[in-house]
Amino acid sequence: MSLDDATVRKIAHLARISVAEKDIAPLAKELSGIMDWIEQLQEVDTSAVEPMTGGADMMLNWRKDAVTDGGHTDKVLANAPESHEGFFGVPKVIE
Amino acid sequence: MTFLIKGETETWEVVIGLEVHAQVTSEAKLFSGAPTYFGADPNSQVSFVDAGMPGMLPVINEICVEQAVRTGLGLKARINNRSVFSRKNYFYADLPQGYQISQFDLPIVGKGTIVLDMPDGVSREIGIERLHLEQDAGKSIHDLHPSKTFIDLNRSGVALMEIVSDPDMRSPEEAGAYLRKLRSILRYLGTCNGNMDEGSMRCDANVSVRPQGEEGLRTRCEIKNVNSIRFVMQAIEYEARRHVDVYESGGEISQETRQYDSNNGETRSMRSKEMAHDYRYFPDPDLLPLVFDDDYVARIKATLPELPDEKRERFISEYGLTAYDAGVLVVERETSVYFEDVAKDRDPKAAANWVISNLFGALNKMGISITDSPITADNLGKLIDLITDNTISGRIAKDVFEIMLEEGKGPDAIVEEKGLKQITDTGPIEDAIGQVMADNPGKVEEYRGGKDKLIGWFVGQVMKQTGGKANPGKLNELLQKKLAP
Amino acid sequence: MTELTQLTLSEARDGLRKGDFSAVELTQAHIKSMETNRDLNVFITEVPGLAIERAKEADHNRSHGKAGALEGLPLGIKDLFCTEGILTTAASHILDGFTPPYESTVTANLKAAGAITLGKTNLDEFAMGSSNESSYYGAAHNPWKRKGDPRYLVPGGSSGGSAAAVAAHTCLGAIGTDTGGSIRQPASFCGVVGMKPTYGRCSRWGVVAFSSSLDQAGPMTRTVRDSAILLAVMAGHDAKDSTSADMPVPDFEAALSGDIKGLRIGLPCEYRPDGLNSDIAALWDKGVGWLKDAGAEVVDISLPHTKYALPTYYIVAPAEASANLARYDGVRFGLRIEGESLDDMYAKTRAAGFGAEVKRRILIGTYALSAGYYDAYYLKAQKVRQLIHQDFVSAFENVDAILTPTTPSSAFPIGENSDDPVSMYLNDVFTVPASLAGIPGISIPAGLSSDGLPLGLQLLSKRWDEETLFRVAGVLEEAAGFSGLSIGGEG
Ligand SMILES: [Mg+2]
Ligand SMILES: [Zn+2]
Repeated sequence: MSLDDATVRKIAHLARISVAEKDIAPLAKELSGIMDWIEQLQEVDTSAVEPMTGGADMMLNWRKDAVTDGGHTDKVLANAPESHEGFFGVPKVIE
Repeated sequence: MTFLIKGETETWEVVIGLEVHAQVTSEAKLFSGAPTYFGADPNSQVSFVDAGMPGMLPVINEICVEQAVRTGLGLKARINNRSVFSRKNYFYADLPQGYQISQFDLPIVGKGTIVLDMPDGVSREIGIERLHLEQDAGKSIHDLHPSKTFIDLNRSGVALMEIVSDPDMRSPEEAGAYLRKLRSILRYLGTCNGNMDEGSMRCDANVSVRPQGEEGLRTRCEIKNVNSIRFVMQAIEYEARRHVDVYESGGEISQETRQYDSNNGETRSMRSKEMAHDYRYFPDPDLLPLVFDDDYVARIKATLPELPDEKRERFISEYGLTAYDAGVLVVERETSVYFEDVAKDRDPKAAANWVISNLFGALNKMGISITDSPITADNLGKLIDLITDNTISGRIAKDVFEIMLEEGKGPDAIVEEKGLKQITDTGPIEDAIGQVMADNPGKVEEYRGGKDKLIGWFVGQVMKQTGGKANPGKLNELLQKKLAP
Repeated sequence: MTELTQLTLSEARDGLRKGDFSAVELTQAHIKSMETNRDLNVFITEVPGLAIERAKEADHNRSHGKAGALEGLPLGIKDLFCTEGILTTAASHILDGFTPPYESTVTANLKAAGAITLGKTNLDEFAMGSSNESSYYGAAHNPWKRKGDPRYLVPGGSSGGSAAAVAAHTCLGAIGTDTGGSIRQPASFCGVVGMKPTYGRCSRWGVVAFSSSLDQAGPMTRTVRDSAILLAVMAGHDAKDSTSADMPVPDFEAALSGDIKGLRIGLPCEYRPDGLNSDIAALWDKGVGWLKDAGAEVVDISLPHTKYALPTYYIVAPAEASANLARYDGVRFGLRIEGESLDDMYAKTRAAGFGAEVKRRILIGTYALSAGYYDAYYLKAQKVRQLIHQDFVSAFENVDAILTPTTPSSAFPIGENSDDPVSMYLNDVFTVPASLAGIPGISIPAGLSSDGLPLGLQLLSKRWDEETLFRVAGVLEEAAGFSGLSIGGEG
């Protein structure tokens, strides 16, 4: 098994997905099954290979520095589960 | 200028590296067309890209690239013709995409340097590790509601340059000098307005200590987002002393993020950021590598202004100023321009003296900047001319200067209006001397009896009599003659 | 009027031009078909009212001589495209109630050309799946059934709703997205044409992102010509998408010359593994024969890294997805489950909002990018991806197109493959390599399996050469003479 319970807890926390304690072990088994299958990539000799970072083989398009957006607070907030006086609202964060 | 902390058992040295987030001067954001100006209504400068709405994509603003390259050139740094934007993944309420687009292993600018001119005349070279472009996050406001944090995304997506120094600083003063110098360079270049109070320039300080002479670095703490140079210096000093106390009492420093509380002058651990981070950087697949050629860099280089270091050298060689005076005059580009206007066709040392000793003091007291000075460079120059051509004395000039500050008028008009023209004619001065001698026969006796020092008293009395306008040279000459036994 | 649903998109276009019927009549016929086919669960949201309104506008435009290329043609839109003012769900609970205040570039292009939206079609949640079973809104059903077997079959995925909607004649055509086969695989399962263009051909702006370096929109239709017509409108440079190509859009329909004499067609040996389904192997051989008969030259080629495409994909796509799906946090849109703290709210919202497969992929992606594993998994996968890409680049030095099966099997019953994720992933074994390489691919319905289900053949070409793809596909389609379902009408 490539992923133990502690690793699953850690990545679930990093991904902010709560997983019930009883589900950790089955999930570890399932994810390990996938990772074990992926392990076959290690067979490939990639020592002289440049990684392919994207799908496109073109030049990055640059935008002019012009204000073309903004000024629609209503639309920005329209789908928010919670908003107050033009702000989004979330549970109080203590720093 | 050494800064050492004497502990119970050791003498400690402080090691400081600074990370500065400088807001790029641009109309629109790094990856969206929303505006960047300060102080707008909440969420009014937000595009759907900045709000991390589904399906939204980043497109880079060319000015931000140009500004980063310009800044890199100003820091004498290596420009990387190919750099890569990566996603830095973490969850926070004011980070709408759940990742910040930043640069990781391939930043747009590599190693550079900043030279600090310390007040004791010593120069210190501080290494720049890198400069990269990244998006700012939004703002969390914790004090508008008892149980809620409010989120404003106006800053979300604003372009920042993160400028990371090497751990080359050894005192709070050097850290302060570094920030002032960096701000000065950014302002000269026009790439960041450097306003720390508006958050356009923010500083994270990495602080550690080590016994004097020890090689290698000890565990550092990062003090986040300090918003004034003075506070950065205070925070570093506090933090360094805290480290010394911990080590000397047998403890260990753990690497952590801390916050500076300017109310009590202390740093404290930021518990919310304690959770071990794993940012999972990877190249942003929505963006291709940022690539430009040498010509592009050369074209930007051709438009660079004269920067503070070069200007300072020129002021020393061209105007014969002291290194200190030259250094002071070049910190702000506006000041250097003002000085050069005053110094044009005049004695540069006198010009420097008036600008530094008189004008700076006065502006400081009034709390205004040189661009708002009530005395224009032209008028200050004219004032110097009046001294040079003996129209007024240096003493009167100081009075005229005060009136110019208050009334904003030209020195000619003030001298004319108040009748402050210097008296160089022999007659009126002789009359005044005669009057003083006649009124004080006893003093005349004493002087003639060998009490030479009384000459000063006589000068003062005659000056008073002439309302300070007597030409001091002439007055001296005539007084000596009249008093001679 | 229901026979109007039997028309192909190009026939309907020509009929409207000639005035044989109105856009309102055409739209009404499809709305009726949409209603009678509700058991298929192919639409998450139907917008018949809007469609009729738009159809009236289309008739009005046409009467004033202002008809766009798709004026009055009713389509299905995969519910992954953001549509202004229309609920957009990505088939996920987490996008509950999300009504975008903006329109994706691709759907805006369709709108501007006069097309009519009938509704938003079902899909696997966030386009992650090959059976459409992971939809929060329930599985979509394939309109085809096995001979003598009443069970519902999956339509494939993730664009299963679009494929089934087209096969069932509820719309003239639909648009889908393809990340690892999500257009081609369901097209094959449902007996329709599904086309994935070159990465960068269609803008991704406004399409809910799954895997940014792979996602590509494309048409799903009943004929090759219809796909060519739709793609011409969908495609084009978009300054809002940094990965959108600034290239002219060819006249794809004009590429359907029917002449493939002298073209070289490659047959990759790696696509014929031991134990390949015999129906599929036989169909592939038939396809080779048809192309030869039409004057093409067939050559054996090798794409040596093919076997690593799936594991590569299952690192690259989940890694990108783990970041792309971080924005679903209950703060600015969609579902929120309240919590005691911000982190608690995030974790509860995301646990409740995402389905099992989406969570699995987010966790795999998070793991592959995390400290200590990045080089072994993510970087490694990117390097293997480069090798897979190079395989195609070398192959296309010798051949003009590549012919393969689209899928390793025909459609299967709902629930049959759902307990083992890896066996589900194997559905995309023939489609994923082209996605990784960014090259265009098309699936053409070419025959039936022994139990009466449609099977597709896949054609691949080099980047930006969709014209060759359409040309060969047209010949293959003609030779195969596949007749689709005629449900939804009387014919
Ligand atoms: Mg930093
Ligand atoms: Zn930063």
